[in-house]
Parts: sequence; structure tokens; C-alpha cells
Amino acid sequence: MSGEIAILGVGMHPWGKWGRNFAEYGVAAARAALKDSGVKWRDVRFISGGGTVRNGYPGYVAGATIAQALGWQGAEVNTSYAACASGSQALAAARAKILSGEVDVALVVGADTTPKGFLAPAKGERPDDPDWVRFRVGITNPTYFALYARRRMEIYGDTQDDFALVKVKNAEQGFTNPYARYRKKFTAEDVAASAMVADPLRLMDVCATSDGGAALIVSSLEYARKIGRGDAVRIAAISTVTPSFASSVIEMPDLATDSAVAVAPTQFRSALPRKAYEQAGIGPKDVSVAEVYDLSTALELDWIEDCLLCERGEAAALTRAGQTRIGGRIPVNPSGGLACFGEAVPAQALAQVCELTWQLRGEAGDRQIEGAKVGITANQGLFGHGSSVIVVR
Amino acid sequence: MSEGAAQATVPVLDGWFTTDSAAPHLIGSQCASCGTYYFPKLISGYCRNPDCDGETFESVELSRTGKVWSFTNACYKPPEPYIAADPFVPYAIAAVELEKEKMMVLGQVVEGVGIESLKAGMEMELVLETVPDATLPEGKLTWKWKPVEGAGA
Repeated sequence: MSGEIAILGVGMHPWGKWGRNFAEYGVAAARAALKDSGVKWRDVRFISGGGTVRNGYPGYVAGATIAQALGWQGAEVNTSYAACASGSQALAAARAKILSGEVDVALVVGADTTPKGFLAPAKGERPDDPDWVRFRVGITNPTYFALYARRRMEIYGDTQDDFALVKVKNAEQGFTNPYARYRKKFTAEDVAASAMVADPLRLMDVCATSDGGAALIVSSLEYARKIGRGDAVRIAAISTVTPSFASSVIEMPDLATDSAVAVAPTQFRSALPRKAYEQAGIGPKDVSVAEVYDLSTALELDWIEDCLLCERGEAAALTRAGQTRIGGRIPVNPSGGLACFGEAVPAQALAQVCELTWQLRGEAGDRQIEGAKVGITANQGLFGHGSSVIVVR
Repeated sequence: MSEGAAQATVPVLDGWFTTDSAAPHLIGSQCASCGTYYFPKLISGYCRNPDCDGETFESVELSRTGKVWSFTNACYKPPEPYIAADPFVPYAIAAVELEKEKMMVLGQVVEGVGIESLKAGMEMELVLETVPDATLPEGKLTWKWKPVEGAGA
């Protein structure tokens, strides 16, 4: 397809709570991606950073901060902030530059430090800020994940044991991933024994917050061929669409949905992969592996359905049958997902693409999916942000 | 509200709901052109329906009753700006669908009603109760959802 770009290199900084500046993680990931690509830093003509806002002023200019740390070399620079889709938006900016012919090769990087515990809004009295308002009346992030989880129980008959299976699977798959924060196998009993956070979700159903970094070196297909990398894994689609009015499922940070009095109700999450499939010109049956945003165990089940990998309401049965494990019909989160990584907001959408790249190259080691040819990512963040990326071999 | 405490009268958010305790309403707005409802009230002055050019809105009281779409609870003390009682008392939360407005509204569930009493489809009504406040010992008023007497799923 003419809209494709090549992934020449990928790299990550291990996730964890390291307590260092976000730029250190970004630089480590970028240097790893450069090394993996064989491209010289001076040949990179565009730097696209996923913005971080939790590390003081330099965070707002992530692209330039990391470019300076790597050594100023006069390339164009960009920073994208889009909550959990920041990395994908940064990637989309690089793709646009490449496809327009302005640059041949770009660095895309996301890195973050994250405080312990609940993500919370900045201080102050701000009744005109929906994010402030919902916390003032006691509605935290896990509330939303729990509403979706409980809805699955009420409508499809999913159980807490089904949700625990997702954690058990992801923990097992991420067990040998050197970039994962948690490398420990858990049992369903471990999940059941963890404290309740927002019923039906327990502590081990909800993802942690982490520090981390991820980076890609991407180029035009022509440049890839020129440097002898014509066989590189390619990005076939990047979807970053907003919800469509009337969005009918309550999304963070809102306290109410759109009213569907005048316009038919729509679902946001499924719009993201649908747009990606349309762009790539392929369908869900072509997908060999998916990396989806398991902010909660139950949310992974929603995403499997939103990515059209099974019929609505059947994701728990698919998981129970072992079909979403490595070796199953459609492996989901072979990296270990957020269950093993935790959230490092601007890095996570890129980390998903890194994992798919390793999978499609056959370099994923113990977590390798045999013959993986097409991978899809999905994620979602605050204020109507989300993304889905399709990677092909 | 605990017995003997001063009667709370200050709303946690100004202009979000009426404070008549017998039959409180959330205050929203409605587009005069396409009929779309908003909660909270639309402040931009422009209808969010992408096919509507509406710039005229009426302040409206939203339906006081609706049906549970889903529910959960808060077992951990939320961070600021939530002000939690000490010791923290967990509370249930419900997302309730309003039939007329074709929208869903989140809120805490009244004290003493836990998730074991809730079910999707159950009918709920809007009431006023307090949330703790840093400066007012009697707390501030907020809207909460309460199962309608004798309501089943």
C-alpha cells in the first residue's frame, strides 16, 4: 500500500519505578532503536515525542528534550500530547512527514515517570474542568473500568474468575519479557486474594503506574530499500479518531454521556480499530496477534470484541478456551500487556508497536507467536483520545 | 447524613442541581434546534451535535428517575479534590440511563446501599445527600442515586 512506512528499529527502557528523569528513559529507548535500525543519529531528520506532563516543565517539550540529550543535530521536532494515545499521535506526525516526502527517516519516542497510586488532577478549585469535577464527587479512573466490567457480568454473564484468567495469562506471557516491570506468574487464587478496588475489580485486575520508555526509527519504504532493509516490518495504519456524537458509553472524565435524542448512539472503542482496518485494507481475520490496553483485566475482553476478533460477548469464552494465549487462535498481549508493564502514558502506545515489530520479525524469544504476519494495537485515554495501529510483514 | 448534624445547604457544585430535598433535579440544558440534552449545562453556547448549528439553549431539569446501566463501588479513598471522611467509608456508584434524555449520568449511590442491592435495569431516583467537606462539618450537598422503593431489575 502506498500509505505504508517502514519500521527500521525499535527499543525500550525497562518499565518499573526507577525514580529518574523521563528523558533518561527516552534516550535509552531512542539509542536502542537507533542501534537496532543501523541508522546514524545525524541521518534522522524528524524527532517526534509523545508528551509527558508529570515531570515539570521539560516534560511539555519531550521531543526537544530528548533531541538535546541525544545531541542537537538540527532536525525538525514535534511533541504530541494525547493522553494514552500520545505515542500513536507522535507516530502519526512522523508518518505524515515521511509520506509527504519532507523527510526520509524519523525518531518517534515516548517516555514518562508516573507517581504512585491513583492518577489525580492538578491541585486547585476548578469546577469548569470535568476531570476535577468527577474527582470532587468521588469518581476515580478504576470506577469507569469497573462499570464496564460489571456491565459484562450483567449482560454476558462473565464472572470475576473470567477476569482473573486474563491476569493469569498476561502474567505468564510477560514472564520472560526483559522490558516488563512485573515478571511473576500469578494464579487465579492470587487475584482473588488481592484487595477489592472497585467491585468487581481487585488490585490485581487493575494495572499499575510505571516509569518507562519506548522508541521507533521509521522511514519511507524507499529509504528502507536504499539501506538494504526492504524487508522491514511496515506500519499499514494508524487510527487516532475521536468518538462520534452521540457517544453512548460513559468515558473518562465525563459524568454523563452524550444525549442520543437527535442522533443515533455510537460506540467509541470499536471506532478505533475499524478505522485502522479500513486504512490498512485488511480485516480482523488477517490478524495474527493483538496488543490491547488492559487497563483492567475485563477491559481486555472488551477490546478483543472491539477489535472484531470475536463476536460481541464471546471474549470470555475465547479466553477460557485458551484461544487468546500464545499458541491459540488469536494471541492477545503476548508482551504481558499493562498487567506486566503498568502505565507509562506517552510510551505505552509505542511499546505496543515495539512488541508487534519483534513478533513479526520472529524475534520475540519465549513469547514468539509462530508465523505472525499482521498485528493490531488498541488503546484509549482521557478526553476522547485513543488509537489503533496495524503492523504488517 | 448523621443524626444531629447541622443541615447541609451548600451544594458541592453551584448550579448543577436544584436543592429542593423532596424532589431534586439535575440541571441541564437543551438545544432549541435539535433537542439534544446536556449535563452539565453547555457553557460554550454551541450545540455539540455536529449536524446542528444551534446556539439557543434552554435550562432544563433532567428526569429524576432512570435505570441502572452498571454499578461499582469505591473501596479505596479517592485522591483530592475528593474530601474523604476519616475513617474512609466505601460507597457505591451507579451509571443511570435517563429514558427521555437518552443519556447516562454517573453518581454515588446513597449511604447504606451497597452493590449487593444493585442490578442492571433497576429503577433509581435522584436524591440529595452530603459528601464530606474540608471546611463545613455538615458536608456539602451532592446528587446521589437511590433505588426506587420496591424496584426490581
